Amino acid sequence: MSRINEAEVRAEVREWLAANWDPDMSLVEWRSRLADSGWGMPQWPKEWYGRGLPHTLARVVEEELANVGAVGVAKSGVRLLAAATLLEHGSDPQKKKFLRRILTGEDTWCQFFSEPGSGSDLAGATTRADLKGDFWIINGQKVWTTSAHHADHGLLLARTDWDAPKHEGLSYFVIDVKQPGVDVQPLKQMNGHASFNQVFFTDAKVPQENLVGRVGEGWKVAMTTLAHERRGADGLASPSKRGTRVGKIHAEERVETEKANQPYTWYPQRAGRVDLILERAKETGANQDPYTRQEIAKLLILAKSAEWTARRARAAQQQGRPQGPEGSLGKLAASHVARGCSRVHTLITGTEAMLTGKGSARDGIIAEILVSVPAVSIAGGTDEIQRNIVAERVLGLPKEPRFDTGPFRNVRKN
Amino acid sequence: MSATPEAKPESARRIRFAFTDEQEQFRSAVRRFLEDKSPTTEVRRLMATSEGYDPEVWRLLSGDLALPGIHIPERYGGAGFGMVELGIVMEEFGRALLCAPFFSTAVLAANAILNAATEAQKSQLLPDLARGARLGTLAVTEPTGEWDPARITVIATPDGDGYRLDGTKSYVVDGHIADLVVVAARRPGSTGHTGLALFALTGKASGVERGALQSMDPTRKLARIDLRGARAELLGSLEAGAPPLVRTLDQAAIALANEMVGGAQALLDSAVKYSKLRVQFGREIGSFQAIKHKLADLLLEVELAKSAAYCAAQAAAVDDPEWPALASLAKAATSETYLHTAAECIQIHGGIGFTWDNDTHLWFKRAKSSEVFLGHPSYHRELLMQRWGI
Ligand SMILES: Cc1cc2nc3c(=O)[nH]c(=O)nc-3n(C[C@H](O)[C@H](O)[C@H](O)COP(=O)(O)OP(=O)(O)OC[C@H]3O[C@@H](n4cnc5c(N)ncnc54)[C@H](O)[C@@H]3O)c2cc1C
Repeated sequence: MSRINEAEVRAEVREWLAANWDPDMSLVEWRSRLADSGWGMPQWPKEWYGRGLPHTLARVVEEELANVGAVGVAKSGVRLLAAATLLEHGSDPQKKKFLRRILTGEDTWCQFFSEPGSGSDLAGATTRADLKGDFWIINGQKVWTTSAHHADHGLLLARTDWDAPKHEGLSYFVIDVKQPGVDVQPLKQMNGHASFNQVFFTDAKVPQENLVGRVGEGWKVAMTTLAHERRGADGLASPSKRGTRVGKIHAEERVETEKANQPYTWYPQRAGRVDLILERAKETGANQDPYTRQEIAKLLILAKSAEWTARRARAAQQQGRPQGPEGSLGKLAASHVARGCSRVHTLITGTEAMLTGKGSARDGIIAEILVSVPAVSIAGGTDEIQRNIVAERVLGLPKEPRFDTGPFRNVRKN
Repeated sequence: MSATPEAKPESARRIRFAFTDEQEQFRSAVRRFLEDKSPTTEVRRLMATSEGYDPEVWRLLSGDLALPGIHIPERYGGAGFGMVELGIVMEEFGRALLCAPFFSTAVLAANAILNAATEAQKSQLLPDLARGARLGTLAVTEPTGEWDPARITVIATPDGDGYRLDGTKSYVVDGHIADLVVVAARRPGSTGHTGLALFALTGKASGVERGALQSMDPTRKLARIDLRGARAELLGSLEAGAPPLVRTLDQAAIALANEMVGGAQALLDSAVKYSKLRVQFGREIGSFQAIKHKLADLLLEVELAKSAAYCAAQAAAVDDPEWPALASLAKAATSETYLHTAAECIQIHGGIGFTWDNDTHLWFKRAKSSEVFLGHPSYHRELLMQRWGI
């Protein structure tokens, strides 16, 4: 049955592309058409810029877009986490207000979850939201916020009830970042880049209609965002290709990509660049050394197995089966691969691994790998937290003993 | 599908990353059979016997379930499935640690014959193996314990319409009970991969002296076979013997990889179960992060190993050009995971894990012997690098 559908979908999207794709439109105009047609996110529901297609067929649509060289909807960064969260928990007016501009790339987003006192223990957030008239008034501090310096909207977790237990006193908001009372300050990372920030809120305003889900249900909503974040880190994402195509859309997309990727220039490096290992081994002659060969083989076996494990999880999903344990392991696997890469790159590069910047191995790329990889096992939930999740939710092991029950007001804090 | 690090998406579509519903049903049927016939009490009973298997269980699994011929084409009396189904059987056998001459007969002997023999020989030899009426095995390694076919020294000398075999084979799985031994030997004066060929030898032929070796893993029996002018029949042609032999060993590596992930899963299940039961310091030990994190890491390792084993079987089933490389990849990946899982499973059981009465050592020993059987992980990693042209 899905074969017939596949042919139908191909024919339909081809016909639509023939009538609509024109590389000389403006990027936003093109993406608006794409979003409204449902071909930009075909796996989304019909009412919301999608066509309700299964993931297998969504892949077919992507192929057809790629075949004619058409640009897709905007997909990078926190945008899609926001979209996934709003699709599941947002009100209709919120979906209407935000989803389309996410897809057209007009708005960028960031995630205000972590605070100085609550990172792994995210539910310990103490940034407060107090209702005054039609507005929630936000006070507090967030930290490590990737891209806050050019985001239009933020996903904000804040405390609305101090007397409820920790997880029940949180609410989830969409906040306008570019307003008075939101002070974004760059934080320099150990790799020298500044893609994350600390952000201070002083009487910043959120209109009531920007509350996502109900008051006190922020934790539940945040879990959706986090689940999508973990899934996105399963190691299948590849560094985006810079197109060489001509036309107004492509030119505009290049500018947009460059701007959007600017805080992420080092992101491929943090994943360890398994793709560079063989090139480097051949160019340095390290592939002649029996010990290095063993280490390279171990790493490539790990990387391949991680990629196939992610594919198994997707295949199960596409067949309509519940994902097995393999689905929860992507983020942990990705951090093993990244660390393995860092080890093998050092082995191959040897003494030169002490140098950095232009003129050092691969013009500084190798050095950047070595000082960027530590991010993978921290960002988006540490390896330890992932292990806790896997052990408790997948293997069903007993929960950690708790010391943070009762009214949040009385819970010991940092 | 592509095994080299640069992905080739167009060929990636050929491989399946999920089992079909039929394959899952088949797995359940095999599992139910084993739950019934191969509890560890039976494993312990059979591993203490000199034959090492129960002929009645062998008859049942050969009959209704038709397992020894699962991957043998129907025209030779088999069920006509392929490498993926064989992998499923191996995984379930590895999980249950079934004591039976399956690997030797179905994986080693049957594949060697399928790969090397003439049509007439296949029609003559395979049906008996497929219905479990005869047991077979493959003799490659010699007392040096090397798996590289280039190291073979057993000599085959033409003699009338057959050949005479001279030399010694060792580490031959089920070699003490096999009715049919496929022997890898070489033409006098040849070296390396040239002059190698496979020969069919009757286990009880004259000039064949067999002795069971004392195996550390008593669930996998090994034998030494001395050949002194034993008469044997050439399988296929004398000049083209190496490729079928290499192919057989690669298929065996994939089958073993699938067996190993079954065993690793059984160990993980047992460790998880125990950590929910055992109480120390007033808590289940599974509530301690030292144990929790170990188990989460083991789960990751086992799932990664499954991906390697499944993928290699799927690649072999569609005859993807990369499959021999993936056979080595899977063998290296799964043997390390299996042994590590076994060691950690003992650790999690504490003192009781080191006792004879606890079942963990049964899998530990299988893991240990599987680590070197068909070649140590470092041998396969090197082979993988060569096959990837690195
Ligand atoms: C590159 C990067 C980008 C980021 N981007 C964002 C962003 O955009 N938005 C955002 O909100 N946040 C972001 N973060 C923050 C990130 O989510 C947190 O840093 C992370 O969750 C860890 O929290 P923490 O830094 O407070 O460490 P802590 O929670 O203080 O952890 C310290 C150590 O204790 C361990 N630990 C803590 N709790 C437990 C436990 N229960 N069991 C076992 N071990 C435990 C941790 O694993 C870690 O090893 C980013 C971080 C990085 C590195």
